[in-house]
Amino acid sequence: MNGWTALDRFLRTDPRDVGCGEAMELLHVYAELADTDAPAAQRYPGIAAHLAACGPCGEDFDGLLAALRGTAE
Amino acid sequence: MAPADPTAGGISPPPRFDPGSDQWVQMLSRTGPQREAGLARLHDLLLRIARGELQRRSGQLRITGPELDDLAYQAAADALLAIVAKLGQFRGESRFTSWAYKFVIFEVSAKIGRHFRSNQTVPMDAEDWERLPGRLGADPAQETERRDLAGAVRRAVDENLTPRQREVFVAIVLNGVPMDALVIELGSTRNAIYKAMFDARRKLRAALAANGYLNDQTSRHS
Repeated sequence: MNGWTALDRFLRTDPRDVGCGEAMELLHVYAELADTDAPAAQRYPGIAAHLAACGPCGEDFDGLLAALRGTAE
Repeated sequence: MAPADPTAGGISPPPRFDPGSDQWVQMLSRTGPQREAGLARLHDLLLRIARGELQRRSGQLRITGPELDDLAYQAAADALLAIVAKLGQFRGESRFTSWAYKFVIFEVSAKIGRHFRSNQTVPMDAEDWERLPGRLGADPAQETERRDLAGAVRRAVDENLTPRQREVFVAIVLNGVPMDALVIELGSTRNAIYKAMFDARRKLRAALAANGYLNDQTSRHS
């Protein structure tokens, strides 16, 4: 991947992205759905778009999912 | 005849939540020894989650052992306070524990951001544009591409971003400052910083596309 391709990917934004506020508000609901293999991304596409783009919220999601799965330790 | 009162005769009303969550809410809503026992039990759970999360993210920290455990205790204590204060906001959309774990995960992120902020050596506002291609993973051997890319983005930043958007872009993209550390530095919120960055990305992409560096489908500059 050249630099322009990487830049293009980095700058692309998803209009469905709900932002950190809404994603954080519903993160427990989303993570619980994901934990049970329910279609979380289909039910909450705006949160899925946000978690794919926001490193810190994505990290929190990974952490919460690990906690729910009992793999946090 | 009036319908029978379902709560009469010692029959409890149906719980608003699943049984496990209802038990937690009841326990924490009471006063006295039952509540104290509930708080202690919840603290133990939160501490376990905090320790696990700090372990999972230990690569982002340069601390181990007692210092790391101290962060876990701080995160668990702060999360417990937040949960108690917001107990009335729990709506039963998930299990109580899923809701509660969220608070301690957020507290761990905040503690990591604070740790980075107090240990960082690179100024958040340093503007070394030659770093940009490397930050994006550009090939170090492609000197011309690296120079063109850095120059084009810098011009687009100069011409299109607000001072706040520029500040956020420089800190996060050029200087690699974690968003949670920048939140602390600027006395802002994660949502506000993300929004500034989101708008900056959108504006920069439009400007670079208008100047022929990127197009609407894929990158095409070579």
